[in-house]
Amino acid sequence: MAPEIAPLSVPAPAAPAPAALDLKMTLESPLVLQSGVTLSGVTLAFQTYGALNAARSNCVLVCHALTGNQYLAGVHPVTGKRGWWDDLVGPGKVIDTDRFFVVCANVLGGCMGSTGPKEIDPASGTPWGLRFPVITIRDMVQAQAKLLDYLGVEKLFCVTGGSMGAMQVLEWASRYPARVFAAVPIAGSYRHSAQNIAFHEVGRQAIMADPDWSHGNYLEENRTPKRGLAVARMAAHITYLSEAALHRKFGRRLQDRETLTYGFDADFQVESYLRHQGYTFVDRFDANSYLYITRAMDYFDLAQENAGVLANAFKGTPVRYCLISFSSDWLFPTEESRAIVRALNAVAANVSFVEVESDKGHDAFLLDEPEFHQTLQGFIDGSAEICGLPPRLAKGAKS
Amino acid sequence: MSPAAARPETAAGAAPRIRVDLQQVADLVPPGSRVLDVGCGDGTLLAYLTRFKQVDGRGLELSMARVRAAVTHGLPVIQGNLETDLKDYPSGAFDFVILSQTLQATHNPRAVMEELLRIGRRAIVSFPNFGHWRVRLSVMFGGRMPFTPMLSDAWFETPNIHLCTVLDFIDLCRLMGVRIEAGFALDATGQRRGFAATGKRANLFSEQALFVLTRS
Repeated sequence: MAPEIAPLSVPAPAAPAPAALDLKMTLESPLVLQSGVTLSGVTLAFQTYGALNAARSNCVLVCHALTGNQYLAGVHPVTGKRGWWDDLVGPGKVIDTDRFFVVCANVLGGCMGSTGPKEIDPASGTPWGLRFPVITIRDMVQAQAKLLDYLGVEKLFCVTGGSMGAMQVLEWASRYPARVFAAVPIAGSYRHSAQNIAFHEVGRQAIMADPDWSHGNYLEENRTPKRGLAVARMAAHITYLSEAALHRKFGRRLQDRETLTYGFDADFQVESYLRHQGYTFVDRFDANSYLYITRAMDYFDLAQENAGVLANAFKGTPVRYCLISFSSDWLFPTEESRAIVRALNAVAANVSFVEVESDKGHDAFLLDEPEFHQTLQGFIDGSAEICGLPPRLAKGAKS
Repeated sequence: MSPAAARPETAAGAAPRIRVDLQQVADLVPPGSRVLDVGCGDGTLLAYLTRFKQVDGRGLELSMARVRAAVTHGLPVIQGNLETDLKDYPSGAFDFVILSQTLQATHNPRAVMEELLRIGRRAIVSFPNFGHWRVRLSVMFGGRMPFTPMLSDAWFETPNIHLCTVLDFIDLCRLMGVRIEAGFALDATGQRRGFAATGKRANLFSEQALFVLTRS
């Protein structure tokens, strides 16, 4: 099936802002960032699903990926879009909102309502832009910990997430081991590899090379660096797929034409698909936010933060870990998860580790992959039993 | 048998029986122990030990399909190779390290044994006995590689590359300075035979053997 194409020059209209539907929480005290900078008035936009039990012991925190958001499940009432993990999160699903209180917050530095470069800097009354301080994965997690304080959750039953979400999961479990019962980093790593930093740098340079970026001041000047951000997304999108998936989806098939045009129009389906990915992305994402969040990922290195020994990050950990990777993921390959498993073994931690067979690349963690879902289901149900949480009701069972 | 089968709907009542040879191993593990099951398969033994002996158990398994089956049943199992991955575990991390019917398939059984006894205070090791009379007769009169209930793969596809007899194994323990705390002569189904595991009789009449080892 040919993908829908957006014409090169006329991007689709932006979706209505869903901000009004967000839950928001503003920190009372300033956040001291890893860089040493102090940031006041930090606001997190978040969503919750399900209900917190009386013992406050059934909270699952989901950490989203680079371009993700807090809309995990269900259909968004304004945009009409399904939540990015709707396959997994909902009543009776793997992360069962009938049993768990699920929380997901837009990351610090994000552009879906949380404090980030596109929000207003109270000091100047104008958008932060590049005056926004560089943030790290640790800063994101620190802000989430304050959100949980606010929600009255002392200890998480489970923290999970894929890709950059997995980095946050590892940061959570290593920095707040007493606040986490089970941790599930999916398709992640303990540090961003040189290759991944390189891809991010390509994306950032594409944004900064766009004249409309205007040294980061585009919001004040009422401009949008669409071309730069679209190219950044196109390059990144390739890394989320696999050669096999691209071949299966597109091969060398031509887009709406019988023969080559001997020009630079999008002759191939794969080209028009990427252009579509790029141009729909600019409507939902802020270019400066993309710079900041990719930087946060680049800076993440849990080993280096622990005197170069990853196992130190997990010494004496009481947390139950489950690592999941995907066989065709070349952005966060299985070897990265295995390195974490080795470090966890070195401290005799409780750890499960599964590589799921899939040809869908890094994106597999977002897709309907039955083997992945069964693995996660098994781990969550097993952990819930040990944690004393009620079991999942069998389909059709009466409570 | 799947791990789920070892987990009945109600926790009350007597523990169900699992495969006889696994039951023999399970009976050796005191409740509440810390256990690493090396080559744990789909986690049948781990599930049993976790549920009915309240052990703090972990599993290591080579086959990813079996790892998935185990994790799907809520067991802490990782995919890995015992010949390269045991070194990651700290010394004395477990009360028991179990290696069931796998030693003979390793490249370096002695190094594996060293690791088992480094990681665990005790090791429980079982293996098919190549000294059994049926094996001997099979080679002597058949003139071909033995084909018995314990050794049922053709020579060109068997995973077993370091088969040994009970006496060979005891020699290795002696060489390594490993103390045999207990030994059991078993038949092919895993039932205990009525004689000592360390003697010549066991070497001739037990189809497999099960030992509890410790550093002396």
